[in-house]
Amino acid sequence: MYQYDTLDKEFLADRAAEFREQVVRRLAGEITEDQFKPIRLMNGLYLQLHAYMLRVAIPYGSLNPTQLRVLADIGRTYDKGYGHFTTRQNLQFHWIKLADTPDILDRLAAVDMHAIQTSGNCIRNTTADPYSGATAEEVDDPRVWSEAIRQWSSLHPEFSFLPRKFKIAITGAAKDRTAAKVHDIGLMMRRGRDGVLGFEVIVGGGLGRTPFVGPTIKEFLPANRLVSYLEAILRVFNRHGRRDNKYKARIKILVAALGAEEFGRQVEEEWAKIGPESDLPDTEIARIRGAFAATAFDTLVNRSEVFEAAKAADLGLARFARNNLREHKRAGYTIVEISLKAIGETPGDATSDQMDVVADLAERYGQNDIRVTHEQNLVLPHVKLDDVPALYAALNAAGLATPNVNLITDMIACPGLDYCALANARAIPIAQDIARTFADQDRAELIGELKIKISGCINACGHHHVGHIGILGVDKKGEEFYQLTLGGSGAEDAAVGSMLGPALPADRVAPAIDTLVEVYLRERQGQERFLDTFRRTGVVPFKEAVYADAN
Amino acid sequence: MPTRIKLTDGQFSLVEDPYTHVSDDEDLVRGDLIISLTRFQSEGERLLAEGRSVGVRLEPAEEVEVLAYDLPRIALVAVAFPKFNDGRAYTAARLLRERYGFTGEVRAVGDVLREQAGFMVRVGFDAFEPADGSTPEQWAHTAHRQRHVYQRAADRRAPAFAERE
Repeated sequence: MYQYDTLDKEFLADRAAEFREQVVRRLAGEITEDQFKPIRLMNGLYLQLHAYMLRVAIPYGSLNPTQLRVLADIGRTYDKGYGHFTTRQNLQFHWIKLADTPDILDRLAAVDMHAIQTSGNCIRNTTADPYSGATAEEVDDPRVWSEAIRQWSSLHPEFSFLPRKFKIAITGAAKDRTAAKVHDIGLMMRRGRDGVLGFEVIVGGGLGRTPFVGPTIKEFLPANRLVSYLEAILRVFNRHGRRDNKYKARIKILVAALGAEEFGRQVEEEWAKIGPESDLPDTEIARIRGAFAATAFDTLVNRSEVFEAAKAADLGLARFARNNLREHKRAGYTIVEISLKAIGETPGDATSDQMDVVADLAERYGQNDIRVTHEQNLVLPHVKLDDVPALYAALNAAGLATPNVNLITDMIACPGLDYCALANARAIPIAQDIARTFADQDRAELIGELKIKISGCINACGHHHVGHIGILGVDKKGEEFYQLTLGGSGAEDAAVGSMLGPALPADRVAPAIDTLVEVYLRERQGQERFLDTFRRTGVVPFKEAVYADAN
Repeated sequence: MPTRIKLTDGQFSLVEDPYTHVSDDEDLVRGDLIISLTRFQSEGERLLAEGRSVGVRLEPAEEVEVLAYDLPRIALVAVAFPKFNDGRAYTAARLLRERYGFTGEVRAVGDVLREQAGFMVRVGFDAFEPADGSTPEQWAHTAHRQRHVYQRAADRRAPAFAERE
């Protein structure tokens, strides 16, 4: 974890103090809700259907146990005993009272956390690979660059009132776990021919009403020029992005209107004028890198007898190991993913008690490191294989050992009409229905990797466009209907899914998914994933089966 | 005489404003004026020849580059915020200071709110016509709220990485 110095801490303390004053003015009636709205939005506080929602930033999805315990305690003290991890690696509390928010922000600031720029038309929290520093796939640790961006973008004087919100994702690995190509800016780390670190820069991806897979505008940006290049992109966007229509205000619309080539040319022109004086000094990049507490690994062999014996004796552990462990760069270690998709529960929710359990386990077995994935799960990135049996037992006791990572029940769902003022339809009950339909773990494993993503409205917070199967809730004359899309992907093979056919009523969704899966199992060849089969066969067999059933 | 908040050597104070805003459909009055870019382009030459001080009001869609060659003879640029959240004004102010080295007054006009003080000062605004009735004391309070900043900007405050050295 990046260790905050006095300066970083004072920055957060000042910000929290300012918000306290503003809330006092609001509660005293000195400012109206209209005047207060932009202020609270600068601090992650939304007014939803039933209460205020506070979105806490988890910079690049990285937490330590102390921070997670504070989040747990905030959930217990000020909310209903739980929190919701989001697709941008943040945490939302859905039942917050305005008068409590200053205290909450103080408690967050005390552990180097905040809600700055988790809403509003500014540069939001950067998404990074949750396996950073643990996977052998990466060319560099993207957290270093994410932290540089966090600092540069925090209360940026020029870019805090953009045409629309702005989201950046960074991956250091070719296998993309950040949905970089559907972010406003996606940065994919590369090494140049001379070994120099840099980024492929993708701009103008996005979901919502007008989904785009972003085009690459720069094949190789030297890493030490990152800040000036971001500044150039943001400046072109700030000046020329549309402000007359909020649905056309994201950078993707500007990039699509100008064309990637012309947009890239304008950025290059601006970048040349800005020059390297705007970049961070190399010494600061080195300082940030050094401020990440080094992980101390033991020298181990890549096989754990304890673990192998336990797996042989416990089918549950064996199943968990098959689905929730990922290869670590160090021998004898593994990356453990903790699914927040227990069958029948709300995807991404964790109770305060569960958060405490994960914090304890991270301390005991996980080198004090916890990550949040954009697919709304948690990760302990550095666990010894020897410790997996004990870790599994503890997770299991807390209801946190659902062995379904990347399987059909590991769904993304937005909060939907159960919470959100924008939603047209509920998303959570649909996810729960589907989870129950595929509760049989053997069948789920037989199906393999299948990403279902559910949004309760066209704003697409549930990323339905990039689901292998996407589900979009729509309102038809007061009734909830669901539009299915197939073939999307938010990974390195990013694609926007295509529409299957007419929308289905809520009770037909899970059966339709079941039918789609049956078609896939019938059609698949070799090791094909659902997505691969769909890409080979096209929509026809799937469409025929679903609508034959429906008729 | 009307007033505006002026920032001089880090101090905010309420000072008299010798300039009169004249919109395009109003007749010119005597004295120093703030006029639109269009009006400046057609009548600026004459007004300057009369020995007046002239300020130009820049709307968000108007690019600051257009003013580049006129800046040495302009006393002030009034950068307009039709709404507080039109962030183009921040880029305009910053470019005036950093790219064109403009040393005259850069004034925030329109929907100018005290909550924006910190950002405005950092991009180079040094005069403000608040729309919310806020006082110089309130502006000073808000503008100096953060003890540290993370970026280089037009105010030449040392960013965090320079403070750390």
